[in-house]
Amino acid sequence: MEHIISVQVENKAGVLARVAGLFSARGYNIESLSVAPTLDPTVSMITIVTQGDDRIIEQIIKQLNKVIEVLKVVDLTETNFLDRETALIKIHTRPEHRDEAIRIADIFRAKIVDSSPTTYTIEVTGDVDKVEALINLLKPLGIKEIVRTGRVAIAREAAKVPTRREAQAAKA
Amino acid sequence: MKKTGAEIFVDSLRQEGVKVVFGIPGGVVLKIFDVLHQQKDVEVILTRHEQGAAHMAEGYAKATGKPGVVLVTSGPGMTNIVTGLADAYMDSVPLVAFTGQVSTNLIGNDAFQEADNIGISRPCTKHNVLVKDVGELARTIKEAFYIATTGRPGPVLVDIPKDVSTDKAEFKYPEKVSLRGYNPTYEGNKYQIKQAAEEITKARRPIIYVGGGAIFSDAANEIRELAETAQVPVTMTLMGLGSFPGTHPLCVGMLGMHGVYWSNMAMHHADLLIAIGARFDDRVTGKLSEFCPEAKVVHVDIDPTSIRKNVEAHIPIVGDVKTVLKQLNVYLRSIDGNQSDLKELRRPWWKQIEEWKRTHPLRYEQGDKVTKPQFVIDRVFDMTHHEGIVVTDVGQHQMWAAQYYKGSKPRTFITSGGLGTMGFGLPAALGAQKAYPDKLVLCITSEGSFQMNLQELSTAAIYKLPVKIVLIHNNFHGMVRQWQDLFYEGRYASSYLGDVPDFVKLAEAYGILGLRASKPAEVEPVIREGLKHRGPVLMDFHVDPFENCYPMIPAGGAQHEMMLEDPPELRKVDRGGQAKKKDKDKVEEGEGVLPA
Ligand SMILES: Cc1cc2nc3c(=O)[nH]c(=O)nc-3n(C[C@H](O)[C@H](O)[C@H](O)COP(=O)(O)OP(=O)(O)OC[C@H]3O[C@@H](n4cnc5c(N)ncnc54)[C@H](O)[C@@H]3O)c2cc1C
Ligand SMILES: Cc1ncc(C[n+]2csc(CCOP(=O)(O)OP(=O)(O)O)c2C)c(N)n1
Ligand SMILES: [Mg+2]
Repeated sequence: MEHIISVQVENKAGVLARVAGLFSARGYNIESLSVAPTLDPTVSMITIVTQGDDRIIEQIIKQLNKVIEVLKVVDLTETNFLDRETALIKIHTRPEHRDEAIRIADIFRAKIVDSSPTTYTIEVTGDVDKVEALINLLKPLGIKEIVRTGRVAIAREAAKVPTRREAQAAKA
Repeated sequence: MKKTGAEIFVDSLRQEGVKVVFGIPGGVVLKIFDVLHQQKDVEVILTRHEQGAAHMAEGYAKATGKPGVVLVTSGPGMTNIVTGLADAYMDSVPLVAFTGQVSTNLIGNDAFQEADNIGISRPCTKHNVLVKDVGELARTIKEAFYIATTGRPGPVLVDIPKDVSTDKAEFKYPEKVSLRGYNPTYEGNKYQIKQAAEEITKARRPIIYVGGGAIFSDAANEIRELAETAQVPVTMTLMGLGSFPGTHPLCVGMLGMHGVYWSNMAMHHADLLIAIGARFDDRVTGKLSEFCPEAKVVHVDIDPTSIRKNVEAHIPIVGDVKTVLKQLNVYLRSIDGNQSDLKELRRPWWKQIEEWKRTHPLRYEQGDKVTKPQFVIDRVFDMTHHEGIVVTDVGQHQMWAAQYYKGSKPRTFITSGGLGTMGFGLPAALGAQKAYPDKLVLCITSEGSFQMNLQELSTAAIYKLPVKIVLIHNNFHGMVRQWQDLFYEGRYASSYLGDVPDFVKLAEAYGILGLRASKPAEVEPVIREGLKHRGPVLMDFHVDPFENCYPMIPAGGAQHEMMLEDPPELRKVDRGGQAKKKDKDKVEEGEGVLPA
């Protein structure tokens, strides 16, 4: 199952390498990873999306906790959380497609942030489903290039909604 | 008054109570060596290879429990200690390695003898740090020693650029360490400990499986109390040897791939496994799906990653062995009260274990022509009353040493377990000897391993470290040859080592006493003479090159599926003195690779 793990670390050189090295050395996979400082400039937040069965995820969390500069590890999948990703999508725009591109962007509340006679660059933010859906719709128009930030996530405050794991269990 | 980084370095070592540093100088650490040279508190042992320095520091640390300290130069100096770091990381050895680095303004420029010390050592250290400013040096050193020695011990590397050793700062050694991301758990969960106590009193076929953690935690007394109070047999891993007396009636010896029959059988049939500071290594568990099929598992370990990594733990207890067992013993005494009831409950279990032991003891057949390696090791232990510090290399001799060792003190069986580093033995023995100049230190080795770090004979000679080297000379990478005999139809691909060098002459070239025993009758006189000698000795025992080490759980086999002797096709060979005949036959049949 997919897990989103947020890792608070000392904002120091080499910490990211230790965290990433831990994943590669032990054969854990990283689907996406993002890093940025937090309100406290001495602390950075690493958000990692990874896959694994319960045993692997348990090991990943324990191994992360073992790194001296890691301050806190939270498996957000065990909580209610929001996740977001931003993508910049550059598409080819033949004249007959320009309106269509704008319409699609509108539906997704995406913005056209750059344009040239032959391209638009569209910025979209949302959960993975939304970003992927937009990409799929734009594909027929001809995508030239995509960059994605990878996901960031945060726990919801005092939510009563079931966790994703609980929801999945209920479905099964 | 301001001090240079080099002076701060040496003052910091003094503050940590460091008495000895193992290393080799080079351009970027000359300033540090220069300061060390002008004082007396911290002694420098100049080794002949940086790998030797790292293993010496490990030997020192394993023998004392105190951190071993290494000091080497940048580039090749650092890369030469990588094996030692990896070894220390696998075996949880507290080590602080100081490496020189090029000046901060040159880092990243492919400067002369520059290497990415931090990048290279990251996967084989518990922690590592580049010091960028002399003002940070004292604090970094304090933290390095703290991290290396607390929680699950391990190696820490501190990388010191040349200008940091020459720049100046005020020296103030911090009193305390505060690392917000590092806080090892020592106390175990009380509820879990209580649960464990209850399971222990109920179990009919319990076994205690003790690992290296018990030694790091200095918990020999607590283990003994646990075993005696609860009347439970104790088996030890290779790394746990010494944590429980080998001659104690409750001791069932080593378990695992080359463990004794009765301990592996007891593991397989146990209904309760009490794992203490052991990490369920694959050399111990064999095939995981058939490991301890009937047992509930209590697992005490200070490192949460060791728990449930390979084997499910029904009662996991994260904490320090000594601290947890103290509590556990209190509960046990309060629950049970009556040792004889427990003895009664477990009588059938004991009978069964005794039966396994009686029917499948360790054995070898010593004739009068060719010396058996086990005989040498057995005699050495006997003649030293199992009282020396035993340091081994890696291979068959290591396993025999473990099987026949019956010592009763922690930190007296020193070996490379997790990484299995050939070449560990001699330097580690020298490190242990440096720590205890007056104790008997035995280095049990074989020619393959020995030749990987034999340059340290110089170090032994110069520093007058009187290690007794027991060379089990079988002309082979014996352990490899054993696998080739068993699983590769006797094709000795690159395992025959030939007859060079003459080890007695070699010892003499270093000014060390060399003795040789070519036949069984010479074994005891050589041991006697070697032990009597005051300086370092190399005893060269020519042994049966084709002896194999049993029991053996073949790779991928389950714990109770042990091979106990050579299979019939190997047994055809006359072993009573004509071992060499076999190579001739093989060569004639076009199979062997031995020179005639
Ligand atoms: C040729 C060869 C053959 C081998 N054959 C065998 C064999 O037959 N049998 C065998 O047993 N081994 C064998 N080994 C060794 C094996 O590879 C492992 O090194 C060994 O089994 C591990 O021992 P351990 O479980 O005691 O763990 P160690 O590596 O000693 O680890 C100690 C554990 O204790 C924990 N710990 C540390 N400090 C504390 C504390 N204060 N409190 C609580 N917990 C703590 C650590 O977190 C760790 O989990 C062999 C090695 C070689 C090279
Ligand atoms: C540095 C290193 N290289 C290779 C190995 C693989 N290996 C394991 S045991 C062994 C043979 C050991 O030979 P020797 O030291 O002569 O011991 P013996 O088995 O003969 O007692 C080898 C090559 C190793 N463990 N370490
Ligand atoms: Mg050999």
